[in-house]
Amino acid sequence: MTNIKKSNLWLSYQKEIADDHYYFARSCIRQNFFPAAEEILLKILKDELHKDVYDDPLQTTCTGIAYHSGIVPMETTMTVVARQFALMNEAGYENFICSCVTSFGIYTEILETWKHFPETLEKTKTALKNATGKEFIPPKNLVHTSDIIFKYRKEIAQKATYKLVNASTGEPLKIVEHIGCHYAKIFPSKGIGGAEYPYVLGGMIDEWGGERLDYPERRHCCGFGFRQYLIKANRGYSVANTKKKFESMKDYKPDLIIANCPGCTFFMDRWQYVIAEMDGITYDDAGYGIPVLTFEELAALVLGYDPWDSGLQVHQVSVDSLLKKMNIKYNPEDKFIGKNGKDLGRPESPGVLKVF
Amino acid sequence: MKNIFEMLSEDIRFIEGLNACINCGTCTAICPAAGFYDYNPKTIMNIVQSRDEEQLIELLKADSIWYCGECLSCKTRCPRNNTPGYVIQALRALSTELGYFVESEKGRQQLALKRMIGDDILKYGYCVHTDEINTEMFPEQGPVWNWLKKNIASLSEKFGTNYNKKGAGGMRIISDSSLQDLKKIFDETGATERFEKIERFSKQKASEMNLKSGEGKQNEYFKFIYDGNQKEK
Repeated sequence: MTNIKKSNLWLSYQKEIADDHYYFARSCIRQNFFPAAEEILLKILKDELHKDVYDDPLQTTCTGIAYHSGIVPMETTMTVVARQFALMNEAGYENFICSCVTSFGIYTEILETWKHFPETLEKTKTALKNATGKEFIPPKNLVHTSDIIFKYRKEIAQKATYKLVNASTGEPLKIVEHIGCHYAKIFPSKGIGGAEYPYVLGGMIDEWGGERLDYPERRHCCGFGFRQYLIKANRGYSVANTKKKFESMKDYKPDLIIANCPGCTFFMDRWQYVIAEMDGITYDDAGYGIPVLTFEELAALVLGYDPWDSGLQVHQVSVDSLLKKMNIKYNPEDKFIGKNGKDLGRPESPGVLKVF
Repeated sequence: MKNIFEMLSEDIRFIEGLNACINCGTCTAICPAAGFYDYNPKTIMNIVQSRDEEQLIELLKADSIWYCGECLSCKTRCPRNNTPGYVIQALRALSTELGYFVESEKGRQQLALKRMIGDDILKYGYCVHTDEINTEMFPEQGPVWNWLKKNIASLSEKFGTNYNKKGAGGMRIISDSSLQDLKKIFDETGATERFEKIERFSKQKASEMNLKSGEGKQNEYFKFIYDGNQKEK
């Protein structure tokens, strides 16, 4: 029997990721909750990796959150997705990249449905034509934006200013990577490393000098649950599931959590604030919580971008402890300064969770 | 008239989601909803494959079909290629179609989802939009969200986004032509009809419950379904 190391099991799940010429589909949640993140991604793709990326003003939501909340039919989401593909065709692109993990699941599921139920493709073509006059051809290549950063992780490492290392001890930072459920749980073959051993974020951590943490609830959902978070009455579901993950990871003392899904990033950041205020619990020794970053934000830090131009001050859990551990040169005074040096004042401090 | 099982069988999610379920319980073991609610996807699958009309109608009127978080962890793990999450999607769609959703507390919440996510899509072109999110409805956003919203114009410039401006870029205004395309797609593919059904059945239910309903979020019925956990009181 071949002795395969568990940490290398991801190698059996590979996927094709186009080299260049990307049509970029934005994420509703990432744009609104972490507004700098997609701008960082575009800067990295264009300025560091010299890729051609089209940011289309005509694109809209994919309706994924509405679909998973049960308020729009599948036919509606299929046709909105078909419109996005038509826009990609009109712009002259074949490679579709999306920023949202819910969207990635939606696009993947729809392409698979059209393959297995060809009548649904025909029906969608008719619906799109009737509604908008548009026609479409599905993309040649469909990936999530974290796949692109994974693909070019070595190039980013070569340009890196900082490593994921504790500068005072020389030890790798201990990092929890959380993969959004719809990245690979629906179609494991569409994710790097599959559903059990996803490596899309792990590859970045390994390449940039950090250490991946394993913990029992590593693959548990962040707790979004669509209607379970969106309705206030159900929100206990969301915080309880996120808490389950924190309780499971805390003894491993992570320095940082990263996620490829904007929703997961949000919940793992904000529920730490809520758990601190409700139960008086924080998941680090000093009472500041564990910083949570998106993968673009992490790449930006490694590349030496200014943390405050990268929007890291809009996380509720302060990232300053991480900046200090990595010995990143930054000006704490700039954290609450707007464009042209305008003093924006400070956010109110939470009651329990400490902030810098 | 078609029976419930026949109607469910017209939904592709149902066809994909239900093969012969052996009731092993793997889905329940992995399910985040089962760890929180009194919920068991295995039981749902068992009822559905029993084809018992009475039980199926009861299911469409029950809270249990609204507990799933659609993480779809069940799709990965089922040893027989079933997807309880897809079956739930089909049950929810039929419950809405037939107006049974208003018979359960969790089902009634569909009106709030329509008025938040659904209306935002047609108004802004986004599922969620900064201008609609406040810390009264979403207190977990925390003080940093109030600070971000207060300073959004300056921060948007600093971050290089295009908040509430025309053209490309993050948080931009979605053009009228794109919004019109969305509306026409909603009309063509049944979303507009579904929205109307959610509104109509909810209005009837509010009246039955002696709760004042109206448009938008500032009315007694909306607050009742959005905030309340009646069973836990």
